[in-house]
Amino acid sequence: MLTKRIIPCLDIKDNRVVKGVHFLNLRDAGDPVELGARYSEEGADELVFLDITATIRFRKTIVELVEKVAEKVFIPFTVGGGVQTVEQIDTLLRSGAEKVSINTAAVENPKLIAKAAERFGNQCVVLAIDARRSKKQLGKWQVCVKAGTEPTELDVVEWAIKAEKLGAGEILLTSMDADGTLAGYDNELNKAVTDAVDIPVIASGGAGKLEHLYDAIVAGSVDAVLMASITHFGNYTINQMKEYLESRGIPVNL
Amino acid sequence: MIVVIDYKVGNVKSVCNAFRHIGCDVKLSHNPDDITNAAGLVLPGVAAFGYAVSALGTLAELIKKLALAGKPLLGICVGYQMLFDQSCEYGTHKGLGLVSGDVVPIPPGRVIPHMGWNLVNLPEDMDLFAGLGKEKHFYFAHSFYPDITDAETKIAYTDYGFNLPAAVQKKNIYGTQFHPEKSGPAGLAVLKNFAKICGEGATKC
Repeated sequence: MLTKRIIPCLDIKDNRVVKGVHFLNLRDAGDPVELGARYSEEGADELVFLDITATIRFRKTIVELVEKVAEKVFIPFTVGGGVQTVEQIDTLLRSGAEKVSINTAAVENPKLIAKAAERFGNQCVVLAIDARRSKKQLGKWQVCVKAGTEPTELDVVEWAIKAEKLGAGEILLTSMDADGTLAGYDNELNKAVTDAVDIPVIASGGAGKLEHLYDAIVAGSVDAVLMASITHFGNYTINQMKEYLESRGIPVNL
Repeated sequence: MIVVIDYKVGNVKSVCNAFRHIGCDVKLSHNPDDITNAAGLVLPGVAAFGYAVSALGTLAELIKKLALAGKPLLGICVGYQMLFDQSCEYGTHKGLGLVSGDVVPIPPGRVIPHMGWNLVNLPEDMDLFAGLGKEKHFYFAHSFYPDITDAETKIAYTDYGFNLPAAVQKKNIYGTQFHPEKSGPAGLAVLKNFAKICGEGATKC
């Protein structure tokens, strides 16, 4: 049986791992290559590296980082941040990334998803969505772009459905409302998206306790859980998370 | 030396990194002489099938000839799918035809792509899995799979609501749908076994 994945997320700014609350007040969490290698050794199923300095422009430094990570990490990892073209995706994959996440560029140019999928296969194309609860409509979320700084008129569920049709192979779904709060994932959001698409969905934003991981998998029906604060600052090891989930009947790769 | 075939598709570097990590001499190349003289060949692949086949171009015939002459060949992911007759990913495309079968979509009714770590049952008589025990988790990321019709094969399966062929062996021809280079220690052990099959020493694992 396919196991549920535990995915530490490393937000990178100026070549350091950082973590904030609601995308703000960033705190230093270490060296990306060292931290990535450590999580890999501790049994993480996958890693995500997001260059959060690069929201407008793709930066070459992320390519160098990918090359360094790929020499030390023998589990899959996704890279994102400012990716705008098929050529940039090609460069990142050839440097050792397994998957590339696109966010703002996909909203601005949805065809990028289709072009990338046709060349690299759907499994390489991760659509990252930064979602914020709509203040106007209850039970709806709006897509935000440019590292969450710019709200759009796009509805998250509709965008997820469209992206799946275009060829996205996975959705990295971040709740901006929950991000960094340690108060739990937004499982209404997770459930709304997992009900609407057949591709895997990674829950992101809000993990603070072990129960939160379980809740996202069971109540949110997600395929993977992503976390940052609770691993970076030493609250839980990957093993503790997996042992906990296994004890509650969730299939994990232990 | 093991040659990883460089045909300008995604993530070929990780395969080389993994072989180097286990102490193997490996070269990324599309040079026909390198390919001909290699102790073994790896056909990696992060790409859509059609793109990968056209990118391989004339190297396809050379690889096929060498594999039929007995040179160990390991196809990974789309490289594995390319060992078969044809695929219907984004149009119909011919594969290498080294193993009989067609590459078809994973049937609906489950999450697709099949993405993540799944438990593979390891038949004792498959050389790639020597010393790995009865089952191990490996990392998968794909939406298509080969429906294998070749009677001369050994097959390792994983359960994804149906028996999904996770790896194949036909004499000196090997393939894994999962990514051994991204499957942690178990994956590195598979690559080490392939290096041994090629007669290449792997000094550590």
